[in-house]
Amino acid sequence: MSGTPSDVERIKAGSRHLRGTLERSLEDRLTGAIAEDDAQLSKFHGIYQQDDRDVRSERRRQRLEPAYSFMIRARVPGGVCTPGQWLAMDELARTHANGTLRLTTRQAFQFHGVIKTRLRATIRGINECLLDTLAACGDVNRNVMAGVNPWRSVLHARVAELAREVSAHLTPATGAYHEIWLDGEKLESDRDESGRDESDRDEQEPIYGTTYLPRKFKMGLVVPPENDIDVYSQDLGFIAIEEEGELAGFNVVVGGGMGASHGEPDTWPRLGDVIGYCRPEQVIAVSEAVVTTQRDFGDRTNRKHARLKYTIEDRGVDWFRGEVERRAGLELAPARPFRFTTTGDRYGWVEGDDGLWHRTLFIENGRIADREPVSLLTALREVAALGRGRFILTPNQNVTLSGLDDGDRDRVSDILRRHGVDGAGSPSAMRSHSLACVGLPTCALAMAESERYLPDLVGRLEERLAAHGLEGEPIVIRMTGCPNGCARPYLAEIGLVGKAPGRYNLYLGAGFSGDRLNRLHRENIDEETILAELDGLFARYAAERDGAERFGDFLVRAGVIRAVTSGPDFRADEGKVA
Amino acid sequence: MTGVAADRIEPPLTDERRERLQAAVADLSETQLTWASGYLAGLAAAGREVNPAAAPSAGAGADARQRLTVLYGSQTGNGRRIAEAVQAEAAARGLASRAVSMADYRPAELRRETLLAVVVSTHGEGDPPDDAEMLYEYLCGPKAPKLGSLHYSVLALGDSSYAEFCRTGRDFDERLAALGASRYGERVDCDVDYEDPAARWTDAVLDAARERLDEPAPRLHAVPSEPPPAAAGPVMAELVANQRITGRDSDKRVHHVEFAVEGLAYEPGDSVALVTRNPSAVVEAVLEAAGLDGASTLGDGRTLADALSADFEITKASAGFLERYAGAGGAGALAELLADGHRKELAAYLADRQVIDVLHDHPAELSADELVACLRGFKPRLYSIASSPLANPDEVHLTVAAVEYDAWGRRHYGSASTALAALEIGATLEARIEPNPRFRLPADASAPVIMIGPGTGVAPFRAFLEHREAGGADGRNWLFFGDRRFASDFLYQIEWARFRKRGVLDRMDVAFSRDQAEKVYVQHRLREHARDLYAWLEEGAHLYVCGDAVRMAPDVHAALIDVVAEAGGRSPEQAGEYLKQLRRAGRYQRDVY
Repeated sequence: MSGTPSDVERIKAGSRHLRGTLERSLEDRLTGAIAEDDAQLSKFHGIYQQDDRDVRSERRRQRLEPAYSFMIRARVPGGVCTPGQWLAMDELARTHANGTLRLTTRQAFQFHGVIKTRLRATIRGINECLLDTLAACGDVNRNVMAGVNPWRSVLHARVAELAREVSAHLTPATGAYHEIWLDGEKLESDRDESGRDESDRDEQEPIYGTTYLPRKFKMGLVVPPENDIDVYSQDLGFIAIEEEGELAGFNVVVGGGMGASHGEPDTWPRLGDVIGYCRPEQVIAVSEAVVTTQRDFGDRTNRKHARLKYTIEDRGVDWFRGEVERRAGLELAPARPFRFTTTGDRYGWVEGDDGLWHRTLFIENGRIADREPVSLLTALREVAALGRGRFILTPNQNVTLSGLDDGDRDRVSDILRRHGVDGAGSPSAMRSHSLACVGLPTCALAMAESERYLPDLVGRLEERLAAHGLEGEPIVIRMTGCPNGCARPYLAEIGLVGKAPGRYNLYLGAGFSGDRLNRLHRENIDEETILAELDGLFARYAAERDGAERFGDFLVRAGVIRAVTSGPDFRADEGKVA
Repeated sequence: MTGVAADRIEPPLTDERRERLQAAVADLSETQLTWASGYLAGLAAAGREVNPAAAPSAGAGADARQRLTVLYGSQTGNGRRIAEAVQAEAAARGLASRAVSMADYRPAELRRETLLAVVVSTHGEGDPPDDAEMLYEYLCGPKAPKLGSLHYSVLALGDSSYAEFCRTGRDFDERLAALGASRYGERVDCDVDYEDPAARWTDAVLDAARERLDEPAPRLHAVPSEPPPAAAGPVMAELVANQRITGRDSDKRVHHVEFAVEGLAYEPGDSVALVTRNPSAVVEAVLEAAGLDGASTLGDGRTLADALSADFEITKASAGFLERYAGAGGAGALAELLADGHRKELAAYLADRQVIDVLHDHPAELSADELVACLRGFKPRLYSIASSPLANPDEVHLTVAAVEYDAWGRRHYGSASTALAALEIGATLEARIEPNPRFRLPADASAPVIMIGPGTGVAPFRAFLEHREAGGADGRNWLFFGDRRFASDFLYQIEWARFRKRGVLDRMDVAFSRDQAEKVYVQHRLREHARDLYAWLEEGAHLYVCGDAVRMAPDVHAALIDVVAEAGGRSPEQAGEYLKQLRRAGRYQRDVY
């Protein structure tokens, strides 16, 4: 790629393997923020600088700087953590963050509202329980996702283990993380004669080099028929192929991604392409080859054109497959057949192959808090205190309490009842298929409400659905406060993407199992228009649907929406939209 | 420059005097020279002693250098890029220019601009971007100046998929015109594809700049023959801004208030006396406690309520008031408190009691005339001025902590502070300057300055820094500030950050007492930096302390003794003597109350 490298490239290159001036920034008592360049580097350490946007304008008038705080994301490869780890997260949320835990759409934990002077203590606490935040954000491979179906225990255990192995293999090697957050001490030998900091002198980043990747990189492994990780939205995905109850290998999917920008036709979400099949022991080699190909060929001049999806769209899938095979020293076999049926989670108690019980709890937008009348945070803390089984963070921002025997099951049920988690009635079909990103007030990118608003909107849509007899119909609805796609809105049958306060773009017609993108239907509309538009479509769906036909499929068949066939095609009709 | 000016004017001076004058001004910057010209004219007109306070402010006599200012405000950085490109092009053509973010721009500078280019985007549903908000409000607000000599053009960035396309750019354009400025080029509205229209607009800006800036740069302007009379007042001051500056979670209501004043001369370090009225809540509480009707008339014909709000001290309880009240009402318990030998008890009683508490504790049936006869006359309150006349000509800024507390089962208010915090834009008060010649910046502009001002004690140091910057003083500045909480009580936080960014504030150390288990105050920070502090003092630094006299000032003094003792290798007695010497030399000055 020719052209001037983006500003973030300059920052990475000059950062001495992600050190920057972070330590000096932490010591500056005049501001709750870190230096501008450090705010880019901190992401690689799992830390996003944010501010409370609800008070931003008020504070400017008050001649106070924005109310800065930090979001910290802890990686949990495959989403599996122990009760002890859960207890540690719970305690950190209550002592250093805003008293809530947020489960992300990528099976990670998020803490919000951590002020600068509490950053080190929080990161240390996370590392003490053997989780970490390194590479949870930034231009690197982020938390590795894995499909959640522990009731098929052998297969699940193997896939979860692979997620951990790939994650470890692709974790940056820099010592900056330990130095800044954990040890806090540099060795005297790290200073050269003039006192210059040379602590990265002998450091190697064998996979990433000094400038890391051109942009973020997301990957995950999935076990059909559930497509809970939305494998087509990943830069790199592995679809488990099962033969005779055993894990035979994986189909390899590359080049998916959600992010787009309003009003920029050259940016679009894209579904990944299946480029072949590999054996389980080849997963690491293939992953590294995909990552290094993107490292060397991704666009470093334009961050809005830097994801793997653009590299592949620009150079072609065949070129990419060849490059990966050459680097990995193997040949991908032809893809094997598989079938997805859903992207959602299975709620309630499920008995596994091994006779153990698993319970998936619906957690609205992944927010775990004590809010009258439901004390979710406390309930899960008490479950964790039993010390039994595992907690699995699902890609739908839910949690599965896994590996419990009959006695555990009774105790857990009792705790959930006592704290109001069970007994309030189960969420509607639409609500249990809803996702929202964090949005306002902390996310710097948000243009409109998301997490704070979607629950109300779904309530209003439930009334309309009921009026048409559709209340039991699962319809996937997702909302984000900006077009960058954290809640994978372009794979929702109803996607709402924030444009301005109270205004959203309405996208329709994605496939229920995550295999087709939606398309822009109405632009920049308010709640009244959203409800009126969807009410009309619900009426038609109720009257004209073909058997068990899904809402997204119906809209395509009925000609309301033309099916999206590729990334660039996502934009094709936009000029005509009202 | 000096030579040119001297040659043009037929000098009524002897050669020797002329040389002395030239030597005296040889090092001055252009701004300083211009200021000095007005200063001398002021002296001539007033026929006074040499007193800098008599000089007209820089804003009256000074004119900004002729240059193009490109102001930008945008959420994405497109605005910044365009503005910087314009600036770079102008610089390449040898035209004086600068590109400034609206966030970093002091709105008051606008009245000194002559050639302006504005690049601004529209955000959300027609709102200005964050950066532009303050300037936008300034232009639309009551402080907006007349801009008759300003020429400008606006580039509006926007997205036509929004209803209020380019609204903010339109608003800037219309508002500037309404203030009397004239367009040298029509506004250009850009959609998402902004590059081509932005390039066309840039060309127009550069053409205008070439045309207007090619004229020879103005030299010394003719000095005003009759500078406005500058005096200590009283004058009527009009409130032009009143903003709470503690965050919503603060226990305290601290306000930044700005008054427009004409012809009021002052220096940083001075205070202003403001004639306020007692808040109606206090008047009503007094009437209720005294069992009197506010509408009842006094011997001189006024109503009691009027007299209480304007003429009498009805918040602070004094010993004199107690004596008169005891005499008038014959309250027995009070007589005991006032008896000889009970000074301590009396002081303790008065410490946090107001007039209403006395009326409640010792009820006496007095007539309206009897009550006011007990009260002291109202005295205007003094506030340290938080602004520099160089940086804010014809304005006085104050930092006011509204006194409010619950005690003895009642709500208590301060008189002037409560009134000021509640004052509305446009209200006028009588104001006069209370000079404070013992709290002055060093005459030597290159001397370092150390300022210690926790809480509202920081007010004069805002004035000091503004003054040092505007006057081009090159001495280093070090500020110590403290309050309760970083998040909500960091008074003027943004301004200190800007002073630091501009290199005016060399060091700043802060202490927030309630952000951790153990209380930390400014004196702790002084001890932490003993070595550097002592080094600054040894290099001739001037030391200033402002704020609470009862606890802070003695604690700070004790810490300074420790600093000098430890870092200077002295005994505590010698360290105390060292500080005394500083005080005698005028290098340790305090404004404590």
